[in-house]
Amino acid sequence: MNVDKELDARGLSCPLPILKTKKSLSDMLSGQVLKVLASDKGAPRDMQAFANQTGHVLLSSEEAAGEYIFLFQKK
Amino acid sequence: MKKMALIASKGTLDMAYPPFILASTAAALGFEVQVFFTFYGLQLLRHDLSHVKISPLANPAMPMPVPMPVMVQMLPGMESMATAMMKSKLKKKGVASLEELRDLCVEAGVKFVACQMTVDLFDFKKSDFIQEAEWGGAATFLEFAGEADVSLFI
Repeated sequence: MNVDKELDARGLSCPLPILKTKKSLSDMLSGQVLKVLASDKGAPRDMQAFANQTGHVLLSSEEAAGEYIFLFQKK
Repeated sequence: MKKMALIASKGTLDMAYPPFILASTAAALGFEVQVFFTFYGLQLLRHDLSHVKISPLANPAMPMPVPMPVMVQMLPGMESMATAMMKSKLKKKGVASLEELRDLCVEAGVKFVACQMTVDLFDFKKSDFIQEAEWGGAATFLEFAGEADVSLFI
């Protein structure tokens, strides 16, 4: 997967990972892919809700060693 | 577009978070958001938020490092100490500061309505409040809240 931009939101608590994801996506072009790293344990549920509400596509949501990796495609 | 209407009526550190967290998040999810700041909640629109504090007094749910009798909680300086401890915890856990969340709300287009009656009641100066605040009353809030999908009193 070709990643156009990366956001490191590790160490940040709710709602900052969502707010920073939203901000990062707003600077991108439709179809581009954003990779988000997070450590907030509520992030998987919240990122899915963010995708459902905004229409940006959550391509993948993975957990590895207590950290999360999300791939978003801008709508 | 979905709409969310909030009333922020409390001016303590713990109660300042919910309206700013919900407002900034809702804006990120594409909601149109309006927050009406009334009574003690109006303090959250001051330029300087350093006066926003948390008190252990009459707050038995507040986790304390050591059990503290009420007689101790009421001593001078305890409120500032509890506030400093809470702020340092928030920072350590990666929770945004109130200032940061408020700025993010403004940036995201959240509309802040400040209660005209409150400023008159307490003889506050309007110049002490951020310029993004628009002044209005109950009817102003209800005009927006009447159309809102989510409406909360905090």
